[in-house]
Amino acid sequence: MRRLTTCFAGLFLALGLAVPPAQAGGTLRIAMTASDIPLTTGQPDNGAEGYRFLGYTIYDALVNWDLSKADKPASLTPGLATSWNIDPKDNTRWIINLRKGVKFHDGSPFNADAVVWNFEKILNNQSPQFDAKQAANVLTRFPGIKGVKKIDNDTFEIDTKAPDAWIPYELAWMFFSSPAQWEKVGRSWDKFAAQPSGTGPFKLTKLVPHELAQLEPNADYWDKNRIPKTDKLILMPIPDPNTRTAALLSGQVDWIEAPAPDMIPNLKAKGMQITSNVYPHTWPYQFSFVEGSPWRDIRVRKAANLAVDREGLKQLLGGMMVPAEGLVTSDHPWFGKPSFKVKYDPEEAKRLLKEAGFSKDHPVKAKILISASGSGQMLPLAMNEFIQQNLADVGIALEFEVLEWQTLYANWRQGAKDPASRAGTATNVSFAWQDPMVAFYRFMHSSMVSPNGFNWGWYTNSEVDTLLDQARATFDTAQQDALLAKLHTKLVDDASWLFIAHDVGPRALSPKVKGFVQARSWFQDLTPVSMDK
Amino acid sequence: MGFYVLRRVIYALPIALSVTVVCFLLVHIAPGDPLNAVAPADAPVEVINALKVAYGFDQPLPVQYFRWLGRALAGDLGTSVATGRPVLAEVMTAVVNTILLAVFAAVLGFSLGAVLGGMAGYRHKGIVDRIATALSVIGVSVPHYWLGMVLTIIFSSKLNWLPAMGAGPGGSKEWLWDAEHLRYLVLPVTTLAVIPLGIVTRTIRALVADILSKDFVQALRAKGMSDRAVFLHVVKNVAPTALAVMGLQLGYLLGGSILVETVFAWPGSGFLLNTAIFQRDLPLLQGTILILCMIFVLLNLLVDIIQPAIDPRMRRS
Repeated sequence: MRRLTTCFAGLFLALGLAVPPAQAGGTLRIAMTASDIPLTTGQPDNGAEGYRFLGYTIYDALVNWDLSKADKPASLTPGLATSWNIDPKDNTRWIINLRKGVKFHDGSPFNADAVVWNFEKILNNQSPQFDAKQAANVLTRFPGIKGVKKIDNDTFEIDTKAPDAWIPYELAWMFFSSPAQWEKVGRSWDKFAAQPSGTGPFKLTKLVPHELAQLEPNADYWDKNRIPKTDKLILMPIPDPNTRTAALLSGQVDWIEAPAPDMIPNLKAKGMQITSNVYPHTWPYQFSFVEGSPWRDIRVRKAANLAVDREGLKQLLGGMMVPAEGLVTSDHPWFGKPSFKVKYDPEEAKRLLKEAGFSKDHPVKAKILISASGSGQMLPLAMNEFIQQNLADVGIALEFEVLEWQTLYANWRQGAKDPASRAGTATNVSFAWQDPMVAFYRFMHSSMVSPNGFNWGWYTNSEVDTLLDQARATFDTAQQDALLAKLHTKLVDDASWLFIAHDVGPRALSPKVKGFVQARSWFQDLTPVSMDK
Repeated sequence: MGFYVLRRVIYALPIALSVTVVCFLLVHIAPGDPLNAVAPADAPVEVINALKVAYGFDQPLPVQYFRWLGRALAGDLGTSVATGRPVLAEVMTAVVNTILLAVFAAVLGFSLGAVLGGMAGYRHKGIVDRIATALSVIGVSVPHYWLGMVLTIIFSSKLNWLPAMGAGPGGSKEWLWDAEHLRYLVLPVTTLAVIPLGIVTRTIRALVADILSKDFVQALRAKGMSDRAVFLHVVKNVAPTALAVMGLQLGYLLGGSILVETVFAWPGSGFLLNTAIFQRDLPLLQGTILILCMIFVLLNLLVDIIQPAIDPRMRRS
């Protein structure tokens, strides 16, 4: 027996001592939270993470996000289009000028024909290149686009169903795959996935499904300032946060997405860099305005907003959140000037509830639909329990209906009246708000009630509808922002949501990772990142 | 013997068929929409309807089942809704990776379990027995994903001796039989081996102790048979039951552990199932469960066939 033990210990040590040093130099290895490699054909799946790592790396949009700054919200910047203007004679026609001399990774030219071909892959299910998967991933981003036409080799037009000033934001979701490469691989998107060709700063050089994607710099990239500084970028799907942390600590990866908040002090102690920055994310309760919902009373909505101790919540998350004062952050041009200040004031909350006929002994009763986990949901159980205690202190008794994440997400569209909502009067789904469509329109416009959009709570307000319609038809950005600020002011003054938190997108990076600037965006630029040798 | 084998094979058929019904239905009963794999929740109704038709989800369940079964019998498990890759190829790649773990875990768990169990059975109520019993109780009761995390924390995060996850630096497709790649096996294999180790130890310990107390052993000893020869008799008597237990354990191991493979990001069938579940990828989920169940049914069949070969009593019955 002793011999056996010695033998095992020896084997173990021999294997242990054979550990090669962690890979260094020009290879950046990133652990994603996805459970598979996001789709590489053009329009990635896996939400924003897919766009971050296999969208904006291999591909470009006509309009890109400027991800170079950490101190202000990311804004739109020319990508494959150099300019986009509304036709002065027809406000449903956008004219887009394309960047000249851009080539796909396979060497074929990017031009208006390629643009039209790519729109057809999404919009025209009769075209040979139509791809249901890519269409499903992106179609919802273009609610306003009717069709596209080539004008000349470097110009094309977009026709919209109605005047739509939000088209530039929508274009930032659309990536361009090489028609020539698609022909070369035998007109198959599944084969294209293994050998994709875009115009982006990185080229995919290896794909092992479920395990890794290897990208290398595109030396011919059109923006010479954004030629990647790493030799290789390796992306790995590691869904478990503990495994990601262990992989970083053992030197198997250099960068992990979303470390669990309770791991952060430990990672810091081991010398890892923790980066975070507020970005267009919000974690609210979306109220139901359906008959019978207690939130129909503005005093109750305001009381709930005043009862949440957001600083306490921030402590619970190890500092990894920003207290919400509205749906958007208070420094954003759309924030406006609300007179109702979203803050922690339990005494005022109690007073409002008393006025509405409620107290701690006779509390408002409300059922909230929540999830136990999910993308962007932060730490839903712990956070909700914290809020439950806060609200109980002032006289609002919350009961939770915990749904599986996909079920909660699907219910978002079904709306509060649907039996699947189990008489819930608020839902806790976090979301992105980087453009007016996703930030406001899909939740607030009365036309967006089930089954059209995410107006879960059947919120209807003609003033809000008018402001949204005006903003969508206002092509001057400053004027459009002013209208949206007016809208947001109204939403906060109405306490139409329970505004709780914004995530700050924590990531942990090995001390060898240099040059990363965490933009205030769901997307990040990997081109300036390099590895210290 | 031929008739016995035939009978076992015939018994396995309805089991296999029931497995297909259960795995098809379970997947459909689970909450969530299969189209979540391809369409975000805000997809327009027309897109969702078009996709339903494209993937056949608009058909009544029995129709979907028989179509799926018909294709499955012809060796076509469909294509993954999320990736478009053929399900069979996806599952087979994953199963091969899982077999790698399972075989090592089985060899480690069964051999250590047999040695420990045998020693404990021979030294009934002695110190070795107590240690073996304690180890087997730990093996059976410790949640293995927790053990996996603890081992990772110690050997990867703290000591930096072994990799925390993955199947080699270049992924499982570039697997090589060298020390660098074998290191990737150590933690998942150790974690996985703990359960069969516990169960096999306990079973063999009980069997050995029981057989040693039997009259025939006394008789063998009384006849002056050497300890070594008595030991062989014990082994022969222990083998059929131990084999049945090991067969079941191997089945569990080959099924892949969702938790262990997720903890170690090991690209096996458990990891694949996890992905399929989270993406609501019905064809992938059904295909994976079906193949794993069939492996289990086949293993049981194999054990059923081997047992009488080593135990004449079973042949007679």
